[in-house]
Amino acid sequence: MPHFAIIAVSILFDGLAYAMFLFITSVGLSVTMGLMNFVNLAHGAFAMAGGYIVVTLTRAFGIDFVPSLLIASVLVGIISIPFERYLYRRLYKATDLEQVLLTIGLAFMSIATFTYFYGPIPKSVPLPHWLEGDINLGFRSFPSYRAFLIAVGLFLIAVLWYVFEKTNIGAKIRAAVDNRRMAESVGINVDRLFTLTFAVGSGLAALGGGLAIQLFGLSPSFAVIYLVLFLIVVAVGGLGSLKGTLLAALVLGIVDTAGKYLYADAGGFFIYAITVLVLLVKPAGFYGRE
Amino acid sequence: MAASEGKNPARIEARERGAAYLVRRHRFQWPEAVPWLLAIAAFFLLPDRMTFGGQVLIWVMFALSLDLILGYAGIVTLGHAAFFGIGAYTVGMLIARLGWSEPISSLFAAAVMAALVGFISGWFLLRYRGLTLLMLTLATAIMLQETGNLRSDISGGYDGLPGLVISPLFGKFDYDLYGHVNYLYVLGVLAVVFFFVRRIVYSPFGQALTGIRENVRRMHAIGSPVHRRLVTVYTISAAIAGVAGALFTQTNAYVTLTVFDFDNSAKVMVMLILGGTGRLYGAFVGAVVYMVLEDYFSKLSPTFWQFGIGLLLVLAVLFARRGLLGLLEQAGIGFAKGNKRKKP
Amino acid sequence: MKFMNWLGCAALALSVGGTAQAETVKIGVVLPFSGANADLGHQIDKAFDLYVKLHAKDLLPNKVEIIKRDEGPPTGAVAKTVTTELITNDKVQLVTGFVFSPSAIALAPTITQAKVPMVIANAGTAWITNLSPYIVRLSFSMWHHGYPMGAYAYDKIGCKTAALAYTDFPPGKDSTEAFKTGFEKAGGKIVDSIPMGSPVQVPDFTPFFQKVKDEKPDCMYVFIPSGAHATGVMKAYGELGMRKAGVKLIGPMDLVPDNKLQDMGDAAIGTIVMGNYAVDLNNPQNKAFNEEWHKAYGKDSYPDFMSAAGWDTMHAIFDTIKKLNGNLSDGAKVVDAMKGWSANGPRGHVMIDPATRDIVQDENAMEVYRKADGKLGEKVLDTTKAVKDECKVLKVGRCGS
Repeated sequence: MPHFAIIAVSILFDGLAYAMFLFITSVGLSVTMGLMNFVNLAHGAFAMAGGYIVVTLTRAFGIDFVPSLLIASVLVGIISIPFERYLYRRLYKATDLEQVLLTIGLAFMSIATFTYFYGPIPKSVPLPHWLEGDINLGFRSFPSYRAFLIAVGLFLIAVLWYVFEKTNIGAKIRAAVDNRRMAESVGINVDRLFTLTFAVGSGLAALGGGLAIQLFGLSPSFAVIYLVLFLIVVAVGGLGSLKGTLLAALVLGIVDTAGKYLYADAGGFFIYAITVLVLLVKPAGFYGRE
Repeated sequence: MAASEGKNPARIEARERGAAYLVRRHRFQWPEAVPWLLAIAAFFLLPDRMTFGGQVLIWVMFALSLDLILGYAGIVTLGHAAFFGIGAYTVGMLIARLGWSEPISSLFAAAVMAALVGFISGWFLLRYRGLTLLMLTLATAIMLQETGNLRSDISGGYDGLPGLVISPLFGKFDYDLYGHVNYLYVLGVLAVVFFFVRRIVYSPFGQALTGIRENVRRMHAIGSPVHRRLVTVYTISAAIAGVAGALFTQTNAYVTLTVFDFDNSAKVMVMLILGGTGRLYGAFVGAVVYMVLEDYFSKLSPTFWQFGIGLLLVLAVLFARRGLLGLLEQAGIGFAKGNKRKKP
Repeated sequence: MKFMNWLGCAALALSVGGTAQAETVKIGVVLPFSGANADLGHQIDKAFDLYVKLHAKDLLPNKVEIIKRDEGPPTGAVAKTVTTELITNDKVQLVTGFVFSPSAIALAPTITQAKVPMVIANAGTAWITNLSPYIVRLSFSMWHHGYPMGAYAYDKIGCKTAALAYTDFPPGKDSTEAFKTGFEKAGGKIVDSIPMGSPVQVPDFTPFFQKVKDEKPDCMYVFIPSGAHATGVMKAYGELGMRKAGVKLIGPMDLVPDNKLQDMGDAAIGTIVMGNYAVDLNNPQNKAFNEEWHKAYGKDSYPDFMSAAGWDTMHAIFDTIKKLNGNLSDGAKVVDAMKGWSANGPRGHVMIDPATRDIVQDENAMEVYRKADGKLGEKVLDTTKAVKDECKVLKVGRCGS
């Protein structure tokens, strides 16, 4: 295979894996922000919580990696419900700034709590054998874990698409995102919808956090360090849009990977430059609404 | 004044009332002296903590610059550290690359550089709001930092520009280990900056800003040049943040790229919220309270400090949305200006 | 008159009796105790505490009083405030610790002005010791590991070509430059130099490593901050199958920190690093050190090169206290007393170079292997004795000033 084609394949594969991680972790944030109009900067903390639960399940309880991911997602989803009902709900009508501050406060508290219980040293997870090797296709070999990441991402995209486009619940969510008052007036229980969506979004964040451990390691600062990335994906994609989040994740993931491959000197520059360019032209992101 | 207005007594009276209101607000009320007296008292009562005191005053100035845009104009930004950083690096480069170390002129240079960047970025970015503006300002600050790292041969990168020796103040006062001269210097600059800000805020321009913050549509409707006003205040705010950054470099005799960190943007916002936005003195209260608490609790346990400040934020948003000054107001003590005065 | 005589005698008696008092030496310890780098601070702090606990009795009748402060983030500003206050408020006679180079750099003018010695237990930028005559360093400079690795890689590992990959901040640049200087001097060729993002976020290393893999150098020299990055590097290296592809992984010891080695799995086996310490180092002081460490902190806790440096730092300070009889009031005298200090510590033989006030120590080329008990360990392949900071010897860049 010609050289540049191999490079292109490498960039696409690695970029896609990275994009899947971004998508899985950010989609919950996009939907909640679009649906509830709530800036939730504690989203990263939910992702981090998921990660730490996976660490505990695999190391202290000996549960396998993949089941741990599922358990962690469900657990975090359930735990997030009281947060939504008793804390966030009070601020749905508040200003952006207040929401930012409340959730940043929660993020700080979570960092301190996890530092206390887990210590500041970064953690890793033991992976099953089939995730540790690589898949050799002749011209290039591909790390199994990244292939796994892509597979999980694609599966989730399919599931989410189906739910959003083909089910009743999906229709209700879309309606509420489009026009909450109308949705309420046709009898949709928007409150319960919020709680459900928030729980699923946080659960997905936890899944993303668990998957991220192998990529980035897990330390208590995870909550804020990667938050910027999630916010960028959500802003560029457009709030409340599944398509938008996916497109943004793909564009940002692949461009970032390509930048690192071809122009490492520029560092993270590309991701921010793209963000600025997109937002200047389309302030609401790819598929957001004004 | 149009001819028709000159003939309408109700209109004339309204204008005079408005003018008198503004004039009255410009007059100093006695509670305003308190923070300054406290600052001077600190100099005499706590001479061993003047290094810390200098840092606190710098953050007060930084928070003050943020109050102009956040508290008065209602612009929420996550990248204010960009201007702090530019001011800091202007001073750093002047000394390290051009050998220019006179302190006061360096402050002006820093203000000008920061204002320039503020003007350009503001002109583009202030057309946006909400999450879009947050991300744009954040991205701008980060890109500045990355650019600095790319040319770390010029900027010194994350190891920074060390050994920046500042010429003695006014040619006479040298900087001592205890930071005494430095504290008074920073306090002096802060006083000058503050009175400048105060004039702006109580002027018709300041009123326009409040109007924009409260109801931008109406401001558009009455023909107020909103975008121009916003860019103006953003530029001024950037200049002040730049001065704070310049003082930072002068105080520490050192600057690294970390001045652009998102951490700084977040920290100054937290300080301002704690103190109370849109009240000028909120910056004082917030910065002092935050730094003192941080200093105290970090010594006890850094983990608890982080938890504590998070908790404080949550509680502030839930129960004290107007910050500490807001709480004081509710208790009847007024640092707030104007609104409490009786109507004529 | 008589009364005054009596008073005078009493005063004299008191003062004479007073000089026989024991001295309490106040030492300021400045380390990051919070934030993302807290684990680095803790590694050194534990070593400090352990040494003081075990050896405080050696100082009697003199005592030490340790005052700890948070170094804060690597911006230098917090460290500067905190250390200045240690000097002006708490009146410490010596400050030590300092994980981050910016902290030490920011403080150089202050300690010169205050005439208080700064004994560095970690900060590794080579030219720091040039910034003030009161700075003494017990840890290392990037050149201690990087430079000898260059020659070693060419001569002994068989790397004719090498690629450099490093986190984009001064220690990364320093370390790779050191390696490059040594490598090219020995005859090697550098094929590429790849900056890998900022130290704050652990990046996805795959694109960088994939690029190196495609260029097929014999070896890849990697510098990353010790910590989460190290594990990420090893995972990416393993996932891409780079060892199979013929690209050997080399670097300074930061690449395989002892407290993360066990997590790194099979991918780490065969990695060769140059460093001054590993838990497995076979000398009597290290064995005793490890024993005491496990006794104090549990069998799952491991010291690392930072702890070893911390141990030696406190050792040097204690020896100086003993030498000066507890009187550390003259900073210049303290620094003089430290010049030429040498001892056997967990790292082997260490000495403070009187000319540069920097450390002179043995550098070991070590390879990661799986021990009989299943754990990962490092075995020493070769030791270069008494390595100086080559940056200052060759006067490269800022080292020459």
